[in-house]
Amino acid sequence: MGGFILRRVGAALVVLFLASVVVFAGIRAIPGDAALALGGEERSPEVLAQLRHKYGLDDPIVVQYGRWLWLALHGDLGSDSRELPVAHTIVSALPRTLELAGLSLLIGSLIGIVAGVVAAVRRGKPSDYLSNGIALIGLSVPHFWLGLLMIIAFAVKLHWLPSGGYVPLRVDPVENLRHMLMPAIVLGTGLSAVVMRQMRSAMLESLGADYIRTARAKGLSEWTVVGRHALRNSLITVTTVIGLQLGALISGAVITETIFQIAGFGRLTIDAVNQRDYALIQGVVLVAAAGYVIVNLTVDLLYSVLNPRIRISGRPG
Amino acid sequence: MSYVEVASLSPAARRRRLLGRRFLRRPMAVAGLIVVFVFVVTAIFAPVIAPYSASHTDFQAILAHPSGQHLLGTDELGRDIFSRVVYGSRASMQAGLFATLLAMAIAVPIGLAAGYYRGWVDPVISRVTDVILAFPFLILAVGLAAILGPSLLNATIALGFGAAPGLIRIARGEVLSLREEDYVRAAIANGGSDLTILGRHILPNMTSTLLVQATVIIPIAIVGESVLSFLGLGVQPPTPSWGVMLASAQPFLDQAPRLAVYPGLAIAIAALAFNLLGDGLRDVLDPRTQR
Repeated sequence: MGGFILRRVGAALVVLFLASVVVFAGIRAIPGDAALALGGEERSPEVLAQLRHKYGLDDPIVVQYGRWLWLALHGDLGSDSRELPVAHTIVSALPRTLELAGLSLLIGSLIGIVAGVVAAVRRGKPSDYLSNGIALIGLSVPHFWLGLLMIIAFAVKLHWLPSGGYVPLRVDPVENLRHMLMPAIVLGTGLSAVVMRQMRSAMLESLGADYIRTARAKGLSEWTVVGRHALRNSLITVTTVIGLQLGALISGAVITETIFQIAGFGRLTIDAVNQRDYALIQGVVLVAAAGYVIVNLTVDLLYSVLNPRIRISGRPG
Repeated sequence: MSYVEVASLSPAARRRRLLGRRFLRRPMAVAGLIVVFVFVVTAIFAPVIAPYSASHTDFQAILAHPSGQHLLGTDELGRDIFSRVVYGSRASMQAGLFATLLAMAIAVPIGLAAGYYRGWVDPVISRVTDVILAFPFLILAVGLAAILGPSLLNATIALGFGAAPGLIRIARGEVLSLREEDYVRAAIANGGSDLTILGRHILPNMTSTLLVQATVIIPIAIVGESVLSFLGLGVQPPTPSWGVMLASAQPFLDQAPRLAVYPGLAIAIAALAFNLLGDGLRDVLDPRTQR
């Protein structure tokens, strides 16, 4: 077990290191002289050289990378074009996105797991076809369009929910939830469709297994067979799938926050890109990648706790 | 058709006929194929189908309701929405097709190399793929589109690059299992060159997997193009694209919600059709995953 954890953590660290190189190199691959941009109107060689020296742009690229990484590890991601610390901007935007992602995860997995179990148990019956059909539509309908439709229906026509914005949880929990409900449903739909499909096939597989036949032969009630035996084993597979969907959730947050005007991490990404604020882009992408790697690592480790076979063979799958 | 006729067909033709018949037995897949065909035809013959040009403005009819003159009404500049949806299919189909082709062109050779040459090649490629997969797909595409600059071509490139890592993994896995097949081992033992073995024996046996993957990537790329265009990183207005139309509909959600309905409906139907087609193809070509 110890060796397994060590291997996974090591692999995650390697991926993170390479990701940081990619981010650093990617920003520097953009054509244009940073000193020229910093200098603005000022174009005299002396001033530019001074600027280069001040920002360390005249050092070898490896030294620049080392310094950048060292600072990043200490929570300093530099300053954006408005001279505000990037790390602070990101940290203050993150809670909104985390709340949105958490709520979507909750809604998406709950709907997905329940629908998947129902579809598997009632295989070939109308409710199976219905949930499959809804899942397929959920996968095909782009969620930003779903968001616009929900705004039209629930904000513009019915006036039930606000069309956008954010109220912190501490200020007013009820308003917070009212503002988060539509975005969370929009973001959770895609997830629920994926979870539903996985859950259905995992359940079908477990329901066909020998131990289920044994459980049935012992005379256990259908409820116990499905809930205790089949469901528990299927949840292992679905945990991984939910973990893998976190990337999609981050991507989805970008557009969901744009539509619902939530000043979170996703909205920050788009603003950084539109304003060509490279320090901010660098920080945002690095944090997104780090978060994703850490989540995947956690899912991997969680999976090995749930499924002891992996620990022995040392490889998932 | 007589028994003799069927028997006289080549094995390949017989297999094609069998697969075709299996496909036709799936009504949803056939429906998907038909809708996909309609979208492709619409994109190609957009100038013939659309009653107006995409940029024709009619200031007498701003935000007009649907009528005989304007089938789906007009937008805030008096442009015919139906015509713009028709023209918008061009950007979507282009992005879907070319992003997928680009992803294939990048991923298949790399996946072949990773799966075939073990040694140092496989771990290096697999690690690099892991790194790229560490970036969520849209973040990657947004970042690339930001570096390359906003345009349909660059959005397509970004989507193709974004889809490649996942495809590399799948191609690699396929090669790994095909490599252990007896006929491949026999070809290696016979001293066939790597190129012959990969091109003659492994690649042809991967085509069905790749075809299924293509139908998975196309709808993702279509939705991806609309997302990038919606965010201002893809097609630039006034060129019509479903994503651009949705973005410009946002200020008019209370006055003219239909502006936001039709382009989104087009995206959803196109993506749904490709997904149905893909599900059907998967069932037909890969009986292992049959549900």
